[in-house]
Amino acid sequence: MIAELGLFLLTLALGLALVQTLFPVVGLARGQDIWLAYVGPAARAQFGCLLAAFAALIHAFLTNDFTLAYVAHNSNSALPWLYRISAVWGAHEGSLLLWALILAGWTWAVSLRTERLPADIGAVVIGVMGAVSVAFLLFMLFTSNPFLRGLPAPADGADLNPLLQDPGLIIHPPILYMGYVGFAVPFAFAIAALVRGRLTPGWARWVRPWALAAWAFLTVGIALGSWWAYYELGWGGWWFWDPVENASFMPWLLGTALVHSLAVTDKRGSFKSWTVLLAIGAFSLSLLGTFLVRSGVLTSVHAFATDPERGIFVLLILGVTVGGSLALYAWRGPSMLAGGRYSPVSRETFLLANSLLLAVTTATIALGTLYPLVLDTLNLGKISVGPPYFNLVFGLMMAPLAVALGLGQFAHWREDNLARLWQRTRLVAGAALVLGLVTAGVIDGPQRVSAGVGLALAGWIIATSLRGLWARLAGRASWWGAVAALPASAYGQSLAHSGFAVAIAGVCLTTALSVDRHARMAPGDRLALAAYEFRFEALRDIIGPNYKASEARFTVWRAGQQVAELYPQKRLYNVRAMPLTEAGILPRLAGDLYISLGEPLEGQAWSVRISYKAYVRWVWLGALMMAGGGVLALRDRRYRQTVALPAQPRAASGA
Amino acid sequence: MIPRRKRMVVIGLLVVGMGLATALILQAFNQNLMYFYSTSDTVAGKAPSGRDFRIGGLVVKGSLQREPGGLSVRFTLTDLHQAVDVRYTGILPDLFREGQGIVANGQLGRDGVFIAREVLAKHDENYMPPEVAAALALTKANAQPSRETR
Repeated sequence: MIAELGLFLLTLALGLALVQTLFPVVGLARGQDIWLAYVGPAARAQFGCLLAAFAALIHAFLTNDFTLAYVAHNSNSALPWLYRISAVWGAHEGSLLLWALILAGWTWAVSLRTERLPADIGAVVIGVMGAVSVAFLLFMLFTSNPFLRGLPAPADGADLNPLLQDPGLIIHPPILYMGYVGFAVPFAFAIAALVRGRLTPGWARWVRPWALAAWAFLTVGIALGSWWAYYELGWGGWWFWDPVENASFMPWLLGTALVHSLAVTDKRGSFKSWTVLLAIGAFSLSLLGTFLVRSGVLTSVHAFATDPERGIFVLLILGVTVGGSLALYAWRGPSMLAGGRYSPVSRETFLLANSLLLAVTTATIALGTLYPLVLDTLNLGKISVGPPYFNLVFGLMMAPLAVALGLGQFAHWREDNLARLWQRTRLVAGAALVLGLVTAGVIDGPQRVSAGVGLALAGWIIATSLRGLWARLAGRASWWGAVAALPASAYGQSLAHSGFAVAIAGVCLTTALSVDRHARMAPGDRLALAAYEFRFEALRDIIGPNYKASEARFTVWRAGQQVAELYPQKRLYNVRAMPLTEAGILPRLAGDLYISLGEPLEGQAWSVRISYKAYVRWVWLGALMMAGGGVLALRDRRYRQTVALPAQPRAASGA
Repeated sequence: MIPRRKRMVVIGLLVVGMGLATALILQAFNQNLMYFYSTSDTVAGKAPSGRDFRIGGLVVKGSLQREPGGLSVRFTLTDLHQAVDVRYTGILPDLFREGQGIVANGQLGRDGVFIAREVLAKHDENYMPPEVAAALALTKANAQPSRETR
């Protein structure tokens, strides 16, 4: 009964989304403002319906309603209740519902703040988001209904994929989707601006916090995914350039460019056209990511269903969105070329250079990700592109980006002079160079050069960020007053850039210094690795709620002192008869100790993977700092003060 | 006059830089392309020697042999038509099982044994790598006419 109610609510939500989409069109075509008044309430009601439908699906999982095919395929009565909730978005249908719910949530948030926008722009923004919602709700109702009854109902469910039974995976999808779908807001604004032919600086200020929020969510979502892969897949890798990872990374790269380009449009009035294009691009890549992950063209843990009908549907949505918005851009974009002028040596130039570098990086990753798919579709052979390609290209792009990032912090807006810029930066540059040389000298092995370059760049970014902050504080009468008076976005900027530097340092150091050994070990055996001795103490069997496991006890020693006790497990999940590796990890900032069990060999012996993962946490710490910087920048009071700006002309005309 | 010449130099340098970067990227791309070959292709000599490629197929039941005291294994892959022996040293993935479809990266040795650097089995017990599924389908399609003529 509750499931039928859920389906009814989904259909109702579709109707409301149609109102939300069509009323602005009718209202603006006829010039009758009364139509626009219904748009906001329709959007809020749609969010209410989807929230209730989502609750209905959670209810079905919590009560083990296996008459629902989706519940039967992805849950089990022995599954702990927390995982029964996360199983709601553990597969295709439910994660689509989550996607739609989050889109409606963003729309709801936007609709609460449109009073300060011109009525027509506000209505078109919500209308565009409504159109996206219509497409996804249709997709769900026609091809992927989570409330479908499957009769006869099985006595018990097929269980959630054991890999997804993990605390990290409870929050990874919602946060990642908050980021993906959040880019719908800047996208809708770009479309609204193109449709109405107006792009004022107030526009950029209005969009900035939304883009920042989406970007921060996506940053955390990607970091969570990487962290999960590290501890759950049992081999200690944190990034594989897997197509699914790339699918989330590409919108992030363009989103990063968007956040910066918006800042320039807001402050200087330049880059308008480019900003609009980036807003379209970031959301299109989010849709592409959804297509890649959901359509089954890719093979990974994320690709739930290989149903060609679904793939074609998403491809259709993607084609209409990208094609339509780019056509609109080509038609209306040239009208908004004018903007602030700047000379070839200026902060604008460095920002533009990095924007372009991010776009080119996105394109090269897209080449490596999509080319194999295209070849396969055309029956021209099956290929795959190896990680070395991505590593090389990514490194090549990030090095000049890091240099320009630092120079941009020192350069003045509008016009600067190379000689004077060099005078201001040479000390910092020298220090960074020394740091790089020392690193390359200390580290042994084939990675010493890349580690040296990476650390020099990281040091350069941190020093220039702090120097930029210092420059804004120095020369004030009261130091503490200056610290408090500085806008939150200044601190956010420094924190985010420092986070980028920490992530660079982490990536380079963990690549250069980590060591990894596969060995055959039985209880009583010892293995020395990177100044540590790993002792296999004992082996025992344990029984979990829905699995059986072999658990090893390891002690780790350094210089005669015990530093850790680790319990890696090999689990066998009852329902799916699927083995899973639970690594034993000692997390530390300077380097993790990582043990995972391979397979049982003869007797009590196991194949064991033992690793020392140097500085690997810095990668995620850096990502969290970047997201934290974004959140800090969101707190900037300018966003609250001046959102009223675009409304002023209306007030004036009314007076 | 001088600013214009300066600008031309800058633009020229940019064009050369972009060209170099593009060439480097495409070269890296080309070097890291890995082609997939079925076991029949490999036996027929279509797979490259001295270069990495991907091979896939079903692990023949009863073919898995472990070297005592070490981590080396040897198993046989098949597309139900031709078989190739594979050697690998290290930990096999969780879902590696006899009878299951897997993909391996590595090179073909002189003796016709594939030396795997990496063995991939995906995260789902019902999963069949699409490359392997296609290779099996091809074998079946080729087998069909001969059965009819018999």
